[in-house]
Amino acid sequence: MKTDATLTVNGTDYPIEIDPHLSLLKAVRDEIGLTGSKEGCDDSECGACMMLLDGRPVNSCSYLAMQAVGKQVTTVEGLAGDEEVGALQGEFLQQGGVQCGFCTPGMLVSATALLRRNPTPTEDEVRLALAGNLCRCTGYGGIVKAVMETAAGHVAELPSPPVHEARATPHHAG
Amino acid sequence: MRSFTSAATLDDALAALGTGARPVAGGTDLVVGARQGKAPLPDAIVAIDRIESLTHLDDSGGGLRLGALVTHEAIVASEVVRARFTALADASAIVGSHATRANGTIGGNVMNASPAMDTGGPLLCLGATATLRSAAGERSLSLDDLWSGPGATTAAPDELFVSIDVPAPADGTGSAYVRLEYRRQMEIAVVGATAAVTLAGGAISDARVAITALAPTIRRVAEAEEALVGGDGGDADVAAAARAAAEGAVPISDVRASADYRTAMAEVVARRAIAAAITRAGGGDVPIPASDALYGA
Repeated sequence: MKTDATLTVNGTDYPIEIDPHLSLLKAVRDEIGLTGSKEGCDDSECGACMMLLDGRPVNSCSYLAMQAVGKQVTTVEGLAGDEEVGALQGEFLQQGGVQCGFCTPGMLVSATALLRRNPTPTEDEVRLALAGNLCRCTGYGGIVKAVMETAAGHVAELPSPPVHEARATPHHAG
Repeated sequence: MRSFTSAATLDDALAALGTGARPVAGGTDLVVGARQGKAPLPDAIVAIDRIESLTHLDDSGGGLRLGALVTHEAIVASEVVRARFTALADASAIVGSHATRANGTIGGNVMNASPAMDTGGPLLCLGATATLRSAAGERSLSLDDLWSGPGATTAAPDELFVSIDVPAPADGTGSAYVRLEYRRQMEIAVVGATAAVTLAGGAISDARVAITALAPTIRRVAEAEEALVGGDGGDADVAAAARAAAEGAVPISDVRASADYRTAMAEVVARRAIAAAITRAGGGDVPIPASDALYGA
């Protein structure tokens, strides 16, 4: 039997009907429709589902949605606020911290939790904070560098968005 | 029929348990266990995570009282735990990941009763007493009396773990918890060992050694403790105690390690834990968590 519940995600209240056994991850993805958070292992091993709950990290695949009622849930969609790309996200792009992208939402949320608590982490502290997040592309170097650069106050200079018209006139190798 | 209630008070929670509901706090074991097929999620769930009276870490009396909902994050952050109940800080520092430590509670860790869980050895060696409460009353018991097998406790279904008390260690006591791990986070012990030793006048006056993930429950090994008491904590005594700890192991083979490997590593990990506890008892520094600090030692 489903139960009425209101989840507060990225500052917005979402009234939904959910099964008491439903995970926070499934509620946010399937009932609310915010699909930035990913289901990898569904077992708390990979960290792709990482969200913030009242500011602290949670493996949302292993947390009952009903327990999040009345708490502030933050997903990757809410990290940048009104910005299109936040400082940390910009550094992920600049440093090549994104390859296939599947782990990226969880990495960004875990790194945000770290930087809020410890704005000037050592590289080892960054690696430890991200050790619950797996990147199957093994792109850890760029990810760690992006967090370190963000902590150092670096602001990425991002290239302009790709110009799609270019597709119509492809280069032909001589 | 599935139901979910969130208890505002301890009495609400105990009433729900009395009608057959099962408790959830951080969910880090319960929900994962259900997914892995260990045990399905109970039909009737009572969330206890908002019961304020269970959230306190109290160190005012010399000893330590941890409410059921104290998180691993809060345990590691406590200067008193780090200074005087150091093995417990070693353990809570490496439970799961930062997400597990933010949500996972000491009550859940103890009552999950895994023979591989991290805080059990430190609590056992530091002489902790658990308190269970039901609508009918309250009782306190040692962890040896609480844990009855892998994932099993002697608590009745209507009893809730409300707190655990750890007595003040004697002056000159140092403790350490060390585990063998394959990954730095989201890991449980392949094998683990805890030691708590008290130095008096250059000799070990009291010693406690426990092994983790090496028997159906976390247990102390009397022979290892006897090998240390009365000695000066030198290398030969430490080696003899570590051998005795390994001889007390009755490990299983599973996906994480073979019984042979666990037995071989038991001695190594016990030696590191005992040596670290002696160093700390003598005022020396071994960083928390000891597992990281002693890698390769």
